[in-house]
Amino acid sequence: MTRIRSMLLLAMTLSGLSGLGNVYAAEAVEGSAKFEKLDQCVEPTSVMRRNHFEFIKHQRNLTVHQGIRGSKHSLAGCVDCHARKDTEGNFVPVNAEGQFCDACHDYAAVSPDCFSCHSTVPGEK
Amino acid sequence: MSKVEQQGRREFLKGTAATAAISIAPGVMLHSLTADAAPRTEAVTDKVRWGMLIDANKCADGCTDCVSACDKENGLDLVNMPEGADESLWERQRPRWIRQVSLKDNLSGKITHLPMMCQHCEKPPCVDVCPTGASFRRADGIVMVDRHICIGCRYCMMACPYKARSFIHAEVAEKLTHTPRGKGCVESCNLCVHRLDNGQTTTACQDACQHQAIVFGDLNDPESAVSQALKKYPSVQIRADLKLNTGVRYSNI
Amino acid sequence: MKKIHFSEWGIDSPRYWGMLAVLGAIIAVAGLAVFYMEHNGHWVTGMTNQVVWGMPHVFAIFLIVAASGALNVASIGTAFGKKVYKPLGRLSGLLAITLLAGGLAVLVLDLGQPGRLLIAMTHYNFKSIFAWNIYLYTGFFAIVALYIWFMMDWRMNKYYKPVGVFAFVWRLMLTTGTGSIFGFIVARQGYDAAIMAPMFVIMSFAYGLAVYLLVLMFAFKADGREIGDVLLKRLKNLLGIFVAAVFYFTVVYHLTNLYGTENHEYEAFILRDGGIYTLLFWGGWVLIGCLIPMGIIYHPALGATRGGIIAASTLVVLGGFATIYVIVIGGQAFPMAMFPGKTIVASGFFDGVNGQPMLYSPSLPEILLGLGGVALVLMLTFIGIRVLRFLPTSLADEVADPHHAKS
Repeated sequence: MTRIRSMLLLAMTLSGLSGLGNVYAAEAVEGSAKFEKLDQCVEPTSVMRRNHFEFIKHQRNLTVHQGIRGSKHSLAGCVDCHARKDTEGNFVPVNAEGQFCDACHDYAAVSPDCFSCHSTVPGEK
Repeated sequence: MSKVEQQGRREFLKGTAATAAISIAPGVMLHSLTADAAPRTEAVTDKVRWGMLIDANKCADGCTDCVSACDKENGLDLVNMPEGADESLWERQRPRWIRQVSLKDNLSGKITHLPMMCQHCEKPPCVDVCPTGASFRRADGIVMVDRHICIGCRYCMMACPYKARSFIHAEVAEKLTHTPRGKGCVESCNLCVHRLDNGQTTTACQDACQHQAIVFGDLNDPESAVSQALKKYPSVQIRADLKLNTGVRYSNI
Repeated sequence: MKKIHFSEWGIDSPRYWGMLAVLGAIIAVAGLAVFYMEHNGHWVTGMTNQVVWGMPHVFAIFLIVAASGALNVASIGTAFGKKVYKPLGRLSGLLAITLLAGGLAVLVLDLGQPGRLLIAMTHYNFKSIFAWNIYLYTGFFAIVALYIWFMMDWRMNKYYKPVGVFAFVWRLMLTTGTGSIFGFIVARQGYDAAIMAPMFVIMSFAYGLAVYLLVLMFAFKADGREIGDVLLKRLKNLLGIFVAAVFYFTVVYHLTNLYGTENHEYEAFILRDGGIYTLLFWGGWVLIGCLIPMGIIYHPALGATRGGIIAASTLVVLGGFATIYVIVIGGQAFPMAMFPGKTIVASGFFDGVNGQPMLYSPSLPEILLGLGGVALVLMLTFIGIRVLRFLPTSLADEVADPHHAKS
């Protein structure tokens, strides 16, 4: 299982890299994400670091089964706030190498499964 | 939620439905609606049951406006054929939520056209058979898939009498924020649930239909356009013999 | 009847390891096929949104059905107290476990999200026969393991009968459950029949016994053990009865279908116009799976030879695969009757325009995955009989047959 996961991760990283080569010709610009202009996330940073997955998971069940959207713990909110733009003004995937999600997850060697289905850049709304 | 508020929301829906009916430019309507609408903050309840009436007489030959609108709204047009795939095989593997079907009556030869999609049964066979409970019926009558717990066994696809479901056969590079999608899960029409949850009251297919063949709304509200239409015109359920009490009904098949 | 002794499989090491190596290689190739399918997604298979279950399911269902049938031999010895079958019980239990393991492995590895198996173990929808089956399958492993232990351990021998009876009841539930996977599907014309569940039970009797006979005869021949003619004749006659029962159920299933006009189109599809499915029905299910084996088994000369018994068992297995193929794939290929009295003349989603069947051609990786499951069954079985005492040292008639002295 871990092998499949790691191969998947490898594939994702590779496709991410090739993506960087084509579409995201320019580097992500520091300070271009919304969160970089804010003092704090939806919860204190220490709480977010430790519990963000619990928040997201709880919210995911509320959203899918009860239709409650747009609450402060939504994954769409994470992506909206934490995705940076490149020099041409295009969003860089939030899980791309070195970007917000990847920065910690790479260090912790835990691969998030969110983005096999979820959008990695801020959406329509 | 108090009774007063409930009433208020219903009145609001009725009001917008009425304006929508007389409005010539639905696009303009939509905008004003989005401006008012806010994301849902309380759990959906069974006070509402979303449903549709489709008038096959109004549905035009060769028109696929509802299909393209659905593809666009739900990101199905972003699902690309994988490199090296066989085109005719891929056509049978790519996902579809709504499709155009033409029927010929065996006796009279009369041709009818109609869109087919998930019929949002009250007693959905897909929900009965799903081993993990990923296929579920929301309190407001929408049958949908919780992708987080779908294991991709496809038993629901075997069980659906309407062939309404699609399996995602390939990695999806680009997805919409409101319609997550990934390889290995099953999905189907969810009546544009993201619109409803954000306070809108129409589906993409309904908005796209130039012939007003689709009436969408709350089946539990006797004043809603869909309830009124159902009261006025004779209608049928597809595979009524299965007694699934579908949320999508048809007239003039 | 003499005391029965059991011993480990005694074939020479090079041969044993050679066989394991070959089977291991097949499993490795299947592993690559799985990786290829899971990495790319199901678009590399022949499965589509119309034919959603393909070759892996044919293999998996055959193996799972055969698993519960393989336990039959032990059940006859225990639950029905036939002494002559008692020495056969251990291998029967082992095969039941390995066949089930092989079948489930194939089934699980074809999931769209095999990594989420844990979810299938933690989220249950108790209305789903699939969820029930998860319990039935894991329970089956536990009960049969217990059963084998009690058979092997003389200290536990006194509990052996109740466990044996329980295992028998459980295996009936298991196959009923597997059959019900199809029987509960109201949507598709070919499946929506209550007869599906008992038909699967009787099919399991036949396939399980055929597999059992093949493995038993191979294992005994390989290290020079003896099986008596009387015992083989009994097993062969039993197979004949089971195959005849499958044939009977087949006839009843189609006759009752022919009674109702609503099923005529489906019957015409399977019996006359279905192309590959019609061919597999008559050639595979009926001829290879039922009539020829019955002919061999009841032939006075052929039925008495070992070659005849091996041929009959092999044909039952091959016919069994054809049967499951016709049921699983044929049932999906036949267009669903959504609009009675009308013909679909155009569709944006392959709804069987003008009654055309859905297309399906199995891809190589799917077949490799299925074969890998079969190889896994054999590998586990061979390892089992090599390291533990599953095989009686002799099944010669003077050892195994309680009536030998009299005759």
